[in-house]
Amino acid sequence: MPEADDNMITFTLDGEEITVPEGTTLLEAARMIGKEIPVICYHDATTANGLCRVCVVDVNGGRLLQPACIAECQHDSIVETRNERVERNRRTILEMLNSAVDLSQGEAIQEMMMDYGVDESRFPDAKRREHDIHDDNPFYVRDYNQCVLCWRCVQVCAEDAQYTFALTLGERGYDTHVATAFDIGMMDSPCVFCGQCIGVCPTGALKPKTEWGLEQGMSPDEIRQMTRIPRRRKENTE
Amino acid sequence: MQTMITLDEILNDYIGRKRDALLPVLWDVQTAFGHIDAEAVHQISHTLRVPEADIYGVISFYTLFHDEPTGETIIRVCTDPSCGLAGADDMLNGLCSRLGIHHGETTVDGQFTIEHSACLGLCEHAPAALISWRGIGEQSIAPVSDTDVLLNGTDNAQYESIIGGDAPVLLAGVDTYAAQRLKNYGDYVALRKAINDSSPENVIAEVEESGLIGRGGAAFPTGMKWRFTRQATGQPHYVVCNADESEPGTFKDRVLMEARPHLLLEGIALCGYAIGAETGYLFIRGEYPEAMQRMQAAIDEALEVGLLGDNIMGSDFSFHIEIRRGAGAYICGEETALFEAIEGKRGFPRIKPPYPTTHGLFGKPTTINNVETLCAVPGIITNGAAWFKAFGTEKSTGPKLVSVSGHVNRPGVYEISPGITLRELLNDYCEGVTGELQAVLMGGAAGTFLTPDEIDVRLTFEDLRKAGSTFGSGAIVVFNTETDLRDVLVRLGRFFRHESCGKCFPCQLGTQRQVEILERLDAPLPDDRSRLEDIGWTMTESSLCGLGQTAASAVLSAIEKWPELFEKG
Repeated sequence: MPEADDNMITFTLDGEEITVPEGTTLLEAARMIGKEIPVICYHDATTANGLCRVCVVDVNGGRLLQPACIAECQHDSIVETRNERVERNRRTILEMLNSAVDLSQGEAIQEMMMDYGVDESRFPDAKRREHDIHDDNPFYVRDYNQCVLCWRCVQVCAEDAQYTFALTLGERGYDTHVATAFDIGMMDSPCVFCGQCIGVCPTGALKPKTEWGLEQGMSPDEIRQMTRIPRRRKENTE
Repeated sequence: MQTMITLDEILNDYIGRKRDALLPVLWDVQTAFGHIDAEAVHQISHTLRVPEADIYGVISFYTLFHDEPTGETIIRVCTDPSCGLAGADDMLNGLCSRLGIHHGETTVDGQFTIEHSACLGLCEHAPAALISWRGIGEQSIAPVSDTDVLLNGTDNAQYESIIGGDAPVLLAGVDTYAAQRLKNYGDYVALRKAINDSSPENVIAEVEESGLIGRGGAAFPTGMKWRFTRQATGQPHYVVCNADESEPGTFKDRVLMEARPHLLLEGIALCGYAIGAETGYLFIRGEYPEAMQRMQAAIDEALEVGLLGDNIMGSDFSFHIEIRRGAGAYICGEETALFEAIEGKRGFPRIKPPYPTTHGLFGKPTTINNVETLCAVPGIITNGAAWFKAFGTEKSTGPKLVSVSGHVNRPGVYEISPGITLRELLNDYCEGVTGELQAVLMGGAAGTFLTPDEIDVRLTFEDLRKAGSTFGSGAIVVFNTETDLRDVLVRLGRFFRHESCGKCFPCQLGTQRQVEILERLDAPLPDDRSRLEDIGWTMTESSLCGLGQTAASAVLSAIEKWPELFEKG
């Protein structure tokens, strides 16, 4: 452990006293000592917004739990990354999410659900978030039935990476969904098909067309038909 | 009836403006055309240099903006608790069947669109409605006597302020039908005293000494907030007045703005002087057209005689106040979501820290205070902190406004000295409960219930906290034994489902799951109570902002007080 000085923070994490540089988040501090705190929305390459709250931890037994992805380590604090209160919050968030969204292709989320003893039928008669599948371009398919609203695709499309601004969030509350302006198709949007949104999607909501086609049982020929459009477009412009 | 303005004419006024002009331009287009279509968004995108997708996201966030055609007239009827008790559902259903449509729909001839609305802040005149006339703007109507007035409108101001209490300070000299004009309000005595005889530091010291704590719900010490802002590095500093009063059952800020606009302007200017700001924003919820007009008229009056503007009273202190209009989002009462709205974005609350005193509006040091809080300041500066502390108790100083509605004989805004009991308020000021008391909802939808056994609680911040309750926004809604509390809970649940911004998972998901269970309370499933407790505590402990953290507060208090409501039978 490094020496404590003005720029170092010493605190207790799950009973272990540790010292970290000032500004270290609780998520990072836990990783330093080999502890993984579960989190859905956080990604190293995108701005952390503290949305999913699955990473909440107990700091000094405070009234509010703290999101480990953004909360910074504080001097002399006592942090518990997993206790009864934390487990109830994580389990309930996962159960509510599972009752709203198809999580079957979110591998990490599936593991969390196992770990926290999620009851898959906890909320009977719950209204699910249902959407039509958007198959409107030769590159990728959007299946928002699997979207957990982590915002990462919207973020990489905007200031976090590409500055394309094809995506936004529509409506609000439970009805919030990722959208283009007036829900126009991707070919009519400013999308440049950079693919970064697909790379950061934590579930199967965004998928390359080829992968999607194979899953649908299409033959290589059928898939080629489906993804030919851009080559034609190129010929036209020459 | 319509003013025929073109999109180009509207946009001409916005050339050179930036994203923070987005809500104003969207309001202009919405008012002129009844909705904001793709072509308008395309043009606005060019003028303000904001991506089209972002503009669309903003339109679809705010309930008073529409992206699809609406009727010439949009009629919104409030169905939250106080209006619900006053027969709002019958009014809404009657209107729909008369026009042959469901709410949310537009008549075939394109004349009318009917919607239900979250609390319109006219609870003392329930039931209430808000009408949008194409090309003209909004009009509040309360009480709604019949469906004729909704279809035809009215030329008369429909309601007068109902006020009372034992210590008229904030509500002194009120004409219940009209705004107090400058000639009746008089000079800005406190502001003149501050500018001529006092330093900004001394103004802050006086406010700190007064013990004034915020009246918006969070009860933060006002003087301390001002000191933090004044000390913050980074320029410029801003004052923001939070007039997004949207907590169901709360209407005190509306009455203050409608009756005493100059008191509020003087309070905002004093804050500006104290924290070193030259610009103040007054963010008024879109559902308050009357308050907005009266505040703008008062600003114009004050500018004309030099009580606002450049070099006020011949000093080197210049201060301008700009009104910004909300567009239908309770979440914008959350201070950082309100900043986002002024900046032209969806009203998402920000992560705190950093706090507004260092990183507020446009990322600059900002003091944001509630209307009533700022209205308390001129009296403190004119008469001194000791005078202010003579009202109330040691920890709850100064006169305090409460909004009382529901089953009392005289609902209205009451100015009290903290320390009287809830029983005294209801019996002596509000002339008694109509029928037999069953429950009191303190602090609005985000508050907690009290039972008839608990109404001897003294109305102070400290006594209410000890009783597990809250002043919150100062809303007090009274229910007699005729009221179905399950129905009240469903209305509260629907309110939060409608108003959750959707940013953090616990509130976005929890407000939906919560209302689904509340809606089946007449025939609950086994374990529904434990479901509500898990949802409720998860929202309370894990949500990102105050909305989610209190979205289950009333439900959890009802579970504690009336567990039988959540069982079969």
